Amino acid sequence: MNFDFSEEQNMLKDSVARFVQDHYDAHSRRELVASEQGFDRGNWQMFAELGWLSIPFDESVGGFGGDAIDTMVVMQELGKGLVVEPFVATVLLFGGLIQKAGNTTQQENWLSRVIAGEVQGAFAFLERHSRFELADISTAATASGDGFVLNGEKTVVFNGLAADALVVSARTAGEAGAEDGISLLLVDATAPGVERSGYRLMDGQLVANVRFDHVELAADALLGERDQGYAPMQAVVDNVTLALCAEALGIMEKLNSTTVEYTRTREQFGVAIASFQALQHRMVDTFMACEQTRSLLYRAVCSAKNSADDDSVESQRNLHALKVMVDRAGKLVGDEALQLHGGIGMTDELEVGHYVKRLMTIRTIFGNGDYHQAKFNQLSYA
Amino acid sequence: MDTQFSAEDLAFRDEVRQFFQENCSAELRARLASKKTSREAQVEWQKCLYERGWIAPGWPVEHGGTGWTATQKFIFESERTSADAPDVIPFGLKMVGPVIYTFGTEEQQAKFLPRILRSDDWWCQGYSEPGAGSDLAALKTKAELDGDEYLVNGAKIWTSGAHLADWIFCLVRTDSSGKKQEGISFLLIDMKTPGITVNPIIGLDGGHSLNEVQFNEVRVPAENLIGEQDKGWTYAKALLQHERTAIAGVAGCKRVLARVIAYARAEGGLIDDPAFQRRLSDAEIEIMALEYTELRVLAALSAGTAPGPESSLLKIKGTELQQAVQELWMEVAGYYQGVLPDADGVDHSGHEFGSKACISYMYGRATTVYGGSNEVQKNIISKAVLGL
Repeated sequence: MNFDFSEEQNMLKDSVARFVQDHYDAHSRRELVASEQGFDRGNWQMFAELGWLSIPFDESVGGFGGDAIDTMVVMQELGKGLVVEPFVATVLLFGGLIQKAGNTTQQENWLSRVIAGEVQGAFAFLERHSRFELADISTAATASGDGFVLNGEKTVVFNGLAADALVVSARTAGEAGAEDGISLLLVDATAPGVERSGYRLMDGQLVANVRFDHVELAADALLGERDQGYAPMQAVVDNVTLALCAEALGIMEKLNSTTVEYTRTREQFGVAIASFQALQHRMVDTFMACEQTRSLLYRAVCSAKNSADDDSVESQRNLHALKVMVDRAGKLVGDEALQLHGGIGMTDELEVGHYVKRLMTIRTIFGNGDYHQAKFNQLSYA
Repeated sequence: MDTQFSAEDLAFRDEVRQFFQENCSAELRARLASKKTSREAQVEWQKCLYERGWIAPGWPVEHGGTGWTATQKFIFESERTSADAPDVIPFGLKMVGPVIYTFGTEEQQAKFLPRILRSDDWWCQGYSEPGAGSDLAALKTKAELDGDEYLVNGAKIWTSGAHLADWIFCLVRTDSSGKKQEGISFLLIDMKTPGITVNPIIGLDGGHSLNEVQFNEVRVPAENLIGEQDKGWTYAKALLQHERTAIAGVAGCKRVLARVIAYARAEGGLIDDPAFQRRLSDAEIEIMALEYTELRVLAALSAGTAPGPESSLLKIKGTELQQAVQELWMEVAGYYQGVLPDADGVDHSGHEFGSKACISYMYGRATTVYGGSNEVQKNIISKAVLGL
C-alpha cells in the first residue's frame, strides 16, 4: 500500500503547476472569462502540445493511456489555478463518452482531433425538469430511414457555445425516467435545426441552452448501442465526478493556504489576526476538512481504478461518500475563506471569491451532497 | 498510488482471520466482559498474541515487533475488530514500550521490554495532576535526587488502571528554575514502593477505571530515569504522538457502527427512517475518510517517518466519530439506553444492548478530553502544521 505519486505523475503535476504559474495570473484569467470565447485557444493548443489532452485516452487511438489517478493529478492542479479552459467538457465528457461508447471508426474520427486540440466538444444531458436524474429526459430521437430525427431542448450545456460537436442523450424508447431506451447521439453543433443560446455561470464558464428542432441525423450518429446509452453515460459521469472532486480539492487547498497566509499578515488590535485562537481553530477545522476530503478522494479513485476486480457496490459507495464530503467540506472551506478575509473577501477584485464560486458550482454538478447521500444511504442501509 | 491488497496480503488476511477465529472464543469474550474476570482474561489473551509473535506490531523487529508493512498492520486491526477481539492494554505496549526502546538504556530495555511483551507487568500512565491537565507542563510532582535515589512527592490524577498496575511511568519535576517544559524528567516507578496510595475515582459510566495516585516520600532508584534528567518533556511528546495515533480507534469505530446498523435493522424498522439513515451516513462517510487518513499516516510511518502532527488530526476526528457512533447506539436503544447493570455488570432488563450502549456513551465522553483535549490538539495543529 502506498499513497505516493509515480515519477510520471509528479512530472505531470509539475507541468500543470508550471503552466498555472507562468500563464495564469488573476489578471489574465479575468480577461479570459470576460472574453467572447470564455477561454484561450492558444492555451488549449499548449495543453495539446504538453500532452494533457491525451491523458485519459487509450494508446490505440494515440492517447497516453492514463488512469483515474493521472486524471486526478491534473484536475487538482487545474483547480489550484482556477483554469477555465474546457478540459472537463471536451476531454473528459465528450472524449470520454466517445471512448466509452463509440465504435472504432467514431473513436478514430474524433479522439485524435480531441488529442490534437482541433475540436471542442460538449455533453448535452440536462433538461429543464431533470434536476440530477440523468435518465429523466424527454429529448427524443425518432427513427427516420437509417437514421434519426432529434427534437427537444438541453440546458446548461458546459462548453456548449464553443463546441463543434455534441454528445446528446436522447430517448429512443421507453418512458420518461427509464434507464432503458436512452441513446447517445453525436450531433454536429452547426447542423440545421440546432439552435444555441449562451450565458455565463458564476464560476466564469460559458454554457448554453441547445434546442434541437427536427435535426436530421445519419445512422452513424449513434454512439454505442441503441437504447442502451444509460450505462456508458453513467460510467463516464462517475469518472468525471471523481475528476471534479479532485479539482475541488485543489481549490480547497489553495483557499486554505491563501487564508492562512492572509491572517499572518493582516493586523488588527495591533497584532496579526492569526494569533487569535478563535481564528486558529477555524483554520484547523478547514485543514482537517481538506485532509479528510483528500483521504476519501484517494479511496474513491483507487477503488474506481481497481473496480474491475473490486466490489462495484463499494466503489459506488466511495464515490457517493466523496461527493457528500466535497459538498460539506467545500461549503466549510469556502465560507471560512470569505469570513476570515473579512471585508476584502467580499470584493470581486480578490481571487478568493472566484475560487469559492467555482467550488460552489462543482458541489452541484452531477448531483449535490443531499442527492449523493440519499444514494449512499440506499446502497448502505436499504 | 496503490491500495490494492497483493496476493501475499490476502494470504496474510486469511492467516490472521483464522487465528482470531481459533483463539478468540465466545467464552473468552464473555470472561473479558465480566468485571470479575476481565483482567485475567485480558492477560490470557495478550499472552496468546505474544506466543504467536503478534503482541507488538508497532515495535521494531529487534525489540520484538512483527516487521509488518503498513498494509499488514491495517489488515490485522481490521480483522481484530471484525472478530470482536479486544485491543491490548495500551500503557505498556503502545506507550511506555516505545519510549523505553527509543530512549532507554540497554539495561532498561533488557529489564522492562520482555516483561511488557509477555504482559507480566501491567503499566499505568502518570501524567495528569490535579493542577495540570491540558497544560501538562504545569505539573508539580517533585523528584529530588538523594544519593542514588529520587525522592518523589506529589499526586497524579485520572490514572487509568492504576489499581491494577505493577508499574507507573511518571513525568516528574526535577527543576523548577527555568521554563516549565524544562526541568521535567521521565521516571519509572514500581507501584509496590512504600509511600504510594491509590484512591479510586468512580466514572460517569459507573465503573472504576480512574484513580488518584499519591506519592509520599517515595524512593525510586536513579537507574529508573529514562534518558537525561530534565529532558523528559521531549520523550513525553514522542510518546503522546504514538498515543494519539492509537486513540483514533478507527477500526473499533467501524465495528460499533456495523453493530449499530445491525441493531437498527432489528429495532422496529428504524433503519428505514430517512432521518436516522442520514445521521448514520453522516458518521459513516467521515469514518470512511478517516480510515484512509489513518492509512496515509501508517504508510508514512512505514516509510520511516515518525508520526507527525497529523496524529493530532487522527485524535480529533477519531474521538469525535467514536462519540458520534456511541450517540447513535444510544438512539437505537431507545428507553433501554437508561438501563444500568448491577454491581457485577449484569443487565436485568432483558434488552441485549441498552446498558452496554449507556456505558460506552458515558465512558466515551472522556475520549475528547484524554490524551490532550481536542482543543489542545487544535492548538498543536495550528502551530505545527499551519505555522500560526
